[in-house]
Amino acid sequence: MFSRDEKLSPVRLTAVQYVILAIFLLLAYGLWELQVSQSEYYSAAAEENRVRNVPILAPRGKILDRNGREIVKNYRSLTALLLRDSSRNLAADSDLIAQGLNLDPKEVREKIRRFSSMPQYQPIYLKEDITPDEEAFIEAHRTELPELDTIMAYRRLYPLKGFMAHLIGYVGEVSEDMLNQPGFELYDPGDVVGKSGVELQYNSILMGKNGSRRVVVDSHGREVGQPLEEKPAVAGKDLKLTIDVDLQIAAEEAIGDKNGALVAMDPHTGEILAMVSRPTFDPNDFAVRIKRGDWNKLVTDPDKPLLNKAIQAQLAPGSTFKILMATAGWQENIAQTLNVHCNGGAEFYGRRFGCWVKSGHGEVDLTKAIYQSCDVFFYTLANKLGIDRIAKYASSFGLGQRTGIDLPQEASGVMPSEEWKLRNFRQKWFAGETISVGIGQGAVAVTPVQLMRAVAAISMDGRLVVPHVAVPTGLPSNYLEVSHVTEVKSVPVDETGWNTITDAMSRVLLPEGTAPSAHIPGIDIAGKTGSAQVVSLATRAKHQNNEDLAQNGWFVGFTPRRSPDVIVCALFQGGEHGRLAARLATQVIKAYVDKQRQQPTKLVEKPANNGKTDIGALWTSPADNDSLHAGHLMVGLPKKRLPLAVAPGLGGVN
Amino acid sequence: MSRNISFRDFDWTLVAFVLIICTLGVIEIHSATVHTKFAGVDRKQVYWIAGGLVGMFVMSLLNYHALLERVHWMYIVALASLMSVLVFGQKYLGARRWVKLPGGNHFQPSEWVKLVLILAVAKYFSDLQHRELTWSDFVKAGAIVGVPFIMVMGQPDLGTALTYLPIAIVGLFLGGVRWKQAAVVILLAGLAMPLAWHHMKDYQKQRLTSFITPDADPRGAGYHVKQSKIAVGSGGIWGSNSGSQTRQGFLPEPHTDFIFAAFSEEHGFVGAMAVLLLYFIVLMRLTQNAQTAPDRAGTFIVMGVVAVLTFHILVNIGMVVGFMPVTGIPLPLMSYGGSSVLFMFLALGMVMNVRMRRFVN
Repeated sequence: MFSRDEKLSPVRLTAVQYVILAIFLLLAYGLWELQVSQSEYYSAAAEENRVRNVPILAPRGKILDRNGREIVKNYRSLTALLLRDSSRNLAADSDLIAQGLNLDPKEVREKIRRFSSMPQYQPIYLKEDITPDEEAFIEAHRTELPELDTIMAYRRLYPLKGFMAHLIGYVGEVSEDMLNQPGFELYDPGDVVGKSGVELQYNSILMGKNGSRRVVVDSHGREVGQPLEEKPAVAGKDLKLTIDVDLQIAAEEAIGDKNGALVAMDPHTGEILAMVSRPTFDPNDFAVRIKRGDWNKLVTDPDKPLLNKAIQAQLAPGSTFKILMATAGWQENIAQTLNVHCNGGAEFYGRRFGCWVKSGHGEVDLTKAIYQSCDVFFYTLANKLGIDRIAKYASSFGLGQRTGIDLPQEASGVMPSEEWKLRNFRQKWFAGETISVGIGQGAVAVTPVQLMRAVAAISMDGRLVVPHVAVPTGLPSNYLEVSHVTEVKSVPVDETGWNTITDAMSRVLLPEGTAPSAHIPGIDIAGKTGSAQVVSLATRAKHQNNEDLAQNGWFVGFTPRRSPDVIVCALFQGGEHGRLAARLATQVIKAYVDKQRQQPTKLVEKPANNGKTDIGALWTSPADNDSLHAGHLMVGLPKKRLPLAVAPGLGGVN
Repeated sequence: MSRNISFRDFDWTLVAFVLIICTLGVIEIHSATVHTKFAGVDRKQVYWIAGGLVGMFVMSLLNYHALLERVHWMYIVALASLMSVLVFGQKYLGARRWVKLPGGNHFQPSEWVKLVLILAVAKYFSDLQHRELTWSDFVKAGAIVGVPFIMVMGQPDLGTALTYLPIAIVGLFLGGVRWKQAAVVILLAGLAMPLAWHHMKDYQKQRLTSFITPDADPRGAGYHVKQSKIAVGSGGIWGSNSGSQTRQGFLPEPHTDFIFAAFSEEHGFVGAMAVLLLYFIVLMRLTQNAQTAPDRAGTFIVMGVVAVLTFHILVNIGMVVGFMPVTGIPLPLMSYGGSSVLFMFLALGMVMNVRMRRFVN
């Protein structure tokens, strides 16, 4: 017992003092560790905190046509984003932000809510490809809305309406699969790379090298002061294509919205002058980020808009194959002397094979068989040659093989032979199958570019070129990937033989030929029509001549008839007859000849600046800016954003 | 009795050291906020300190015996105010800690509850008539602190609630706790840990896990600790002129909870040790006052203040150097904040109150 006033034991008070001392020593030790022992480590960490590597994005190279006109270029695109590492109440500002960026406030709040569990340094990307108005809004609200910022990126600006879309291809963010492939290991996630067409094939040339800037930043990631070090970006190199935009326009217009492909080439060099595939797609949809629905629509469309039919459609060539047959027959000394009486059909191996002219062609020699496309003559020739000799010559002209064109995912087609059948079907070749191959039916399948290349070789004394779309001299000298495109093979052909064949082909467009309606006065066009069955005629009748089962029309034509300057192959799917395909092809040939003859083309002069800006290799007219016209492709600007530079129009060329 | 008190007996040395610490705090608040949206709060802090000084003098004039006589009323009002926070409080950042007063000010009752608890504990132990604590005394003393502790935990404000514990601990220790009793409490606390973890809010768990593995998510929950250590460490021995962590905003809350990190970055190990020394002097001076107190109640009051102040320093600086989890406990006298400053000066006022009556019996 003790009184209230008795003092406490001084021992315990002293003990408390020692506890306090111990605590202070502990804290002092903590400070010593950080500030003396590990001071260097933390100084470095502080430096790292403040200094950040900011990439400088390299613009992709432009894609030019053979005359240097811009087809694809870039534009500066701004993305609006919200910085979250600030003490602002983002939700409270969301109405104003939504209003300024033309967004739904609910959507903005939803985004902010969704990001609330993410690390603070990760900004919220609000809107890609903002308009100048929206950019102005952000600039004007720097102080009220400090959390609102933009980042700049270059985006591809492609011609509108799917102009040349398949050849050019499109770009997209590099995918994880691609990063694992050889040739892509140098890329970083997030890099934009070519995904198809020329963009993919020549990605390493077109793609620049991003630079970087070491900058001091504050905790919001905003730059403070001058950069410490700057490694400039190396812009991608421009790529010059062999395409002639004038001819491309002619081809695009000729085919219109029909299903199929058109491809034009210089048979001397293999330079592709125009390449169109239909239906088409708009690669601008891919340049920002394609919506899932749009992508599914493209992928599931039965007409396969993403397929470049000029190099990827593998179809029976129909009667156009007869040019290969004639050459093979001539080389084997059979066709010269072969005379056949056609009465509308003939019987082989116990089965009747009909000629497309039911009443028959009467007496037929090689020349008449070509311009009249007599099936019976070629049945007979095929029977005499046999499949292996046919395959030997067709293969020597590149059928059933990839042409080696500098575009990704070229299809090889099929040139059947006894060995081919044994290998693929483990079955013996039946002699009766050879008869159908004689008119380009049966197992034989070609791509338009393959067929064009073979016919070009026959018209060029056996000169077999490799088709290509990039100007090889414009590529880096050590660019191995396409060193083969300038290789030329020589296939032995008898001179009288190919002269006779091309002479016969020049009569196809004359009144006695199969496509007189495609004739163009004043131009010596040699060609061959073809119509190839998709299914047998009997099956088709069963389906009430369903349009999907209509025959494919083909035409391969060139001018002049010997050593031609240009060769065009047209595939008109569901076009029933080759003469319709011929009309498409001859329009392109005419555009070529007109241009060669220095005649005024149908192309409009570049109009005086009327407030619209030319973009890419595209042209505006005062009258109409949104449709395909005779002679010029009119385009409006994609969506909202104006490109910075003005492209040279067509006025200065020619 | 009060006739004999004189301001000559005021502990002017203590006031001087306290004001040096406050001045360093104001300078650092200025330096950390001058280029931010908080610019100007250093001046507000000066006003709070001035107000605190006035409060201290007023508090020193009230006879602490008179206060102790009425402590049960104060305790009831304290519990009522905590209850009012739970019912009417302003919800801010997920917790109800503040009551809005007429005139636009916010008031955090859990701060002044500390003062009442110091008095209540002092009263309870000074009234005990035996040298060693019985289990019944033990439970009663625990309940005095335990009830408000649980109420503040429910706000939820674990950090402030924890600051009540040292009042009880020091009270029990000086009141004559037996080793057996202490051992039982420590054991029970250890067993209750998993249960407490279960009832914690997610952000509280996150703070604790990030304290144990700060690098797991350096930009997330571990961000504060990591940035604080970088700020302190980059200060080196003499301090970093650029003060980049603080000035460029990497250091969070550089004028409130992390003011010591900001100070250490700017003034280095030497500066940080100087501040520690100042606090140490203040604490030693306070315990000296406890020893010279006229009676047991006075000693308990002063030691209660010592306990709270020591605990704040341990938890705050411990957090800044990465020894302690982030709890949101300010550094007394330096951190910006009215409630914290007022509490400290009122607590010092009570110490003066005791000291001025040391010769009066």
